Amino acid sequence: MSRSHAPLHLAVALDGAGWHPAAWREPGARPDALFTAPYWYDLVAEAERGLLDLVTIEDSLGLQSSLPFEPDERTDQVRGRLDAVLVAARVAPLTRHIGLVPTAVVTHTEPFHVSKAVATLDFVSGGRAGVQVRVSGRADEAAHFGRRTVPRLSVEDLSSAAGQALVQDLFDEAGEYVEVLRRLWDSWEDDAEIRDVATGRFIDRGKLHPIDFEGGRFSVRGPSITPRPPQGQPVVAALAHRTVPYQLVARSADLGFVTPRDAADARSILAEIRGAQAAAGRADETVHVFADLAVLLDDEPGAAADRKGRLDERAGAPYTGDARVFAGTPAQLADLIEEFQQTGLTGFRLRPATLPYDLEQITRRLVPELQRRGLFRTAYEARTLRGLLGLPRPANRYAAA
Amino acid sequence: MSRPLKQIHLAAHFPGVNNTTVWSDPAAGSQIDFSSFVHLARTAERAKFDFLFLAEGLRLREQHGQIYDLDVVGRPDTFTVLSALAAVTDRLGLAGTINSTFNEPYEVARQFASLDHLSAGRAAWNVVTSWDEFTGENFRRGGFLAQEDRYERARQFLAATWELFDSWRGDEIVADKESGTFLADPSPGRFDHHVSQFDITGRFNVPRSPQGRPVIFQAGDSEEGREFAASAADAIFTRHGTLEAGRAFYADVKGRLARYGRTHDELKILPGVTFVLGDTDAEAREKSELIRRQQVSGQTAIRLLEQLWNRDLSAYDPDGPLPAEDPLVGENTVARGRASVRMHRDPLATAAQWRALAEAKNLSIRELVIEVTGRQSFIGTPAHVAEALNEFVQTDASDGFILVPHLTPGGLDEFADTVVPLLQERGVFRTEYEGDTLRDHLGLGLPRPAGATAATAAAS
Repeated sequence: MSRSHAPLHLAVALDGAGWHPAAWREPGARPDALFTAPYWYDLVAEAERGLLDLVTIEDSLGLQSSLPFEPDERTDQVRGRLDAVLVAARVAPLTRHIGLVPTAVVTHTEPFHVSKAVATLDFVSGGRAGVQVRVSGRADEAAHFGRRTVPRLSVEDLSSAAGQALVQDLFDEAGEYVEVLRRLWDSWEDDAEIRDVATGRFIDRGKLHPIDFEGGRFSVRGPSITPRPPQGQPVVAALAHRTVPYQLVARSADLGFVTPRDAADARSILAEIRGAQAAAGRADETVHVFADLAVLLDDEPGAAADRKGRLDERAGAPYTGDARVFAGTPAQLADLIEEFQQTGLTGFRLRPATLPYDLEQITRRLVPELQRRGLFRTAYEARTLRGLLGLPRPANRYAAA
Repeated sequence: MSRPLKQIHLAAHFPGVNNTTVWSDPAAGSQIDFSSFVHLARTAERAKFDFLFLAEGLRLREQHGQIYDLDVVGRPDTFTVLSALAAVTDRLGLAGTINSTFNEPYEVARQFASLDHLSAGRAAWNVVTSWDEFTGENFRRGGFLAQEDRYERARQFLAATWELFDSWRGDEIVADKESGTFLADPSPGRFDHHVSQFDITGRFNVPRSPQGRPVIFQAGDSEEGREFAASAADAIFTRHGTLEAGRAFYADVKGRLARYGRTHDELKILPGVTFVLGDTDAEAREKSELIRRQQVSGQTAIRLLEQLWNRDLSAYDPDGPLPAEDPLVGENTVARGRASVRMHRDPLATAAQWRALAEAKNLSIRELVIEVTGRQSFIGTPAHVAEALNEFVQTDASDGFILVPHLTPGGLDEFADTVVPLLQERGVFRTEYEGDTLRDHLGLGLPRPAGATAATAAAS
C-alpha cells in the first residue's frame, strides 16, 4: 500500500453535545456536564487517543440560534457555551500531543488580548496552540458590545451589494487582525531575555519590537507583554465558504477549513485558494486545506442513516449544515476521504454529529481503518502542532538576518 | 480576650515585573514557563492558601522613552494561565487582575464565568482601571479616559458585568432528554444596560457559574478606591505595612460598609507583604539586607529616584548624596506604564522628606531608595514571623496577607514548610480546605442579586 500523497491530517471540531441539534438527547450524551471541565477533558483525551492532529472548539459572542442572523427562543436545543480559549487552556496541561485550536471572534475583540491569550495557550500546552479566527456579522452580537452598529441581515441580503460590502469589510478587518496577531507574536525575538547580571539587564530591549500597525480600522503599537511563544507562530485557521474568506485563508492562514459537496467542488475550491495564495506571494508556504464533514458513523451498513433519521425526527427537521453530512460506516468514510484526498485536500475536519459517540467512532473505528490502509499515523511524530502539520518554526520577521 | 481567634487568610502573589522580584539570583527561574506557575500554585495549595494572585500590565514599561530593562519583563495572558492552573490544582482560588478600561463587559463577564465553571468555583477578579493613552496605544478602542472618569467607568463596568452574571439565575438548564426540554426559560441571559460608558443589550451566553460571580478584589488606597471597595468588593489588596497604618485603614474601610448594607465580614482586607525567614532573627535580617541590595542595585536606585524626580539623573552617583535640584512637577514624562508613579502625589514634599531622611541617617541615594521603597516585610525566624502575622490579624490591622515572594518559582516553599504549620498550631489557619470554592475559603456567602447591590446603586 503505497502512500502516494502527503500525510493525511485529521481534526475534529468540538461543539456542545455534537453538531446535530438533537445530539444532547442521545443515551451517551452528558448535557448536564457541558459546562464542566471533565466533559471537555474527556473529549480531547479521546481525540488524542485517536492520534488526531488537532481539535477545534467552537465559540461565538452570542447564544446559539437556529436562525442565521438573530437569536431564537427555542428550548429544545443546547444553549450557552464557555469561552473556547479557556476551555483549551483548561485541558492543555492534561494532554501531551494534540493540537488545541479554539475559536476567537475577531470582530468585537482586541487583537492585543487575543494575541497574548493564544501565545499563553502555546506556553501552557508546550507548543500546541492555534486559533480559528471567526467574524461576526450579527446585529445582536454587535449590540452586546455597543461599539458599532451592524445592519440586521437576512440570508438573501448577503448576495446584495450592501451584504457583499459588509462581508468584505468583516474579512478585511479579520485580515488586519491576523496581521496584528502575527506581528505581536514576533515582537519579542527568541533570545530577547538575556538575564545579564554583569550589566544588570534582564532583557536586550533591542530585541523587543514595536509593531506599529496602522490599519483601516485600528492601530496597535506593541510590543506584546508576552514573550514569543514556543512555536514562534501558533497556527492560524479559518473556516471559509466563498471567495472572500478563501482569500483570507490564502493570504493570512496556515489552515483553511472548507465545505466541498463533492470531489469536483473540492478541486474548484482548491484552485481558487491556491491561486489566491500564489497571488499573495505565498506559493512556497504550506497552507493546509481541510474539508469539513459532519459525520455519523456506525459499523452496521445503514445504521448511521437510521440513527440520523431518528435524530432528525427528534429535532423536527433533517439536519443539514454548511458542510456535507456523512452517515455511513467507517470504511465508507475512509473511502470518501481517499477520494477527496486525490483532489489535493491535505486533511479533514470531522464534525461529530453526537458526542461522545461519533467521536469514539472516529478514534476507535475510522482511525484504525485509515491506519490499515497506510493513510494515517500510528504514533505522534512531533511535539508541537506546527510539527504535526509539517510547518517549520518560522524565522522572526523582526530579527536581523 | 473573649473574642474568638480570627482565622487568617493567605494568598500567594506570583512574583511581578518590578524590582521586588530578584532575577539575578542563581535560584531564580523563568517568569513565563508554565512550570513556574505550576510550582507556585501547587506550593500555595499544599499550604492550604486561599488563592493565587496575578497582576497584569498591558504595556511594557518605559523610562526615558525606552523599554525598561532592569526588571523582569514578560507575562502571560491572565485568563489563559489561570484556566490552565485550574487543571493542576483542586481548591486554590485563582485571582486575576483585569483592566476595566481596555476590555468590554460582555467579554470579561464571559471569561470570568467560563473560568469559574472550568475551576468549579475558584475565580476572582482584581478590578483595575487605567486611563493613559500610553497603554491605550495597544488597543483598538484607544485609551484616554479623564482621571476623574476612571472610577466611574470601573463602577459602571462592574455593574454591567454583574448584570450579565446575574442574567442567568441558575435554574434555566434542565436538560431533560425524555421530554426534549433543554431550557426551562426560552430567553435566558437577557440584559439591557444603558449608562454613560456602556450602551449594551442582548443575551449573555454563559450560564450561571458555581460562585454566581467571581470574588471581586480592589487594589488602591485613594478615597475613591476605598469607597469603591466598600460598595462592591469582596477583598481589598492594600499596601499598608505598619500595624498603626493598617489598623487605621482597616477601621476606615470597614466603617464604610454599613452605608452599603454590608456587614463587617463581607470585605476582607489583605495587605501585600514580603517576608524573609532565617534560623535566627539576626540571620533573617542579614538575608533581608542582602535581598534588598539585590532588589535595588545602583542603577535601579537611580531609575527609581528618576521616577519621583521626573528628571534624567543618570549623571548622579548612586553611592553619593541625593540631587540638590527639585523634582520636576507635572505630568511624569520619565516613566510610563508604571502605576507606582501615581503614588507620588506631591513630589516636592516627598523629595523633601527623603532628603531629610538621607541627611539624618547619612544615606546615599541607593541606601535611601532601599529604605523608602520596601514593602512591609516580615523578617525573622518562622516563629517570630508567625507571631507577627497573627498579631496583625488579631488586632485588626488586616484579615490576612497576600505574600509576595522575591524569587520565582520557589520563593514560597520555605514559608509553606515552616510558617504555615506554626499558624496551624496556633489554630489561626486551616489545616484542610473546608469548602470547594474561593467564596468558601474567604467565608463569603453567595452574592446577592445585582438588582439589590450597592454597585448598581453607585453606578446609577
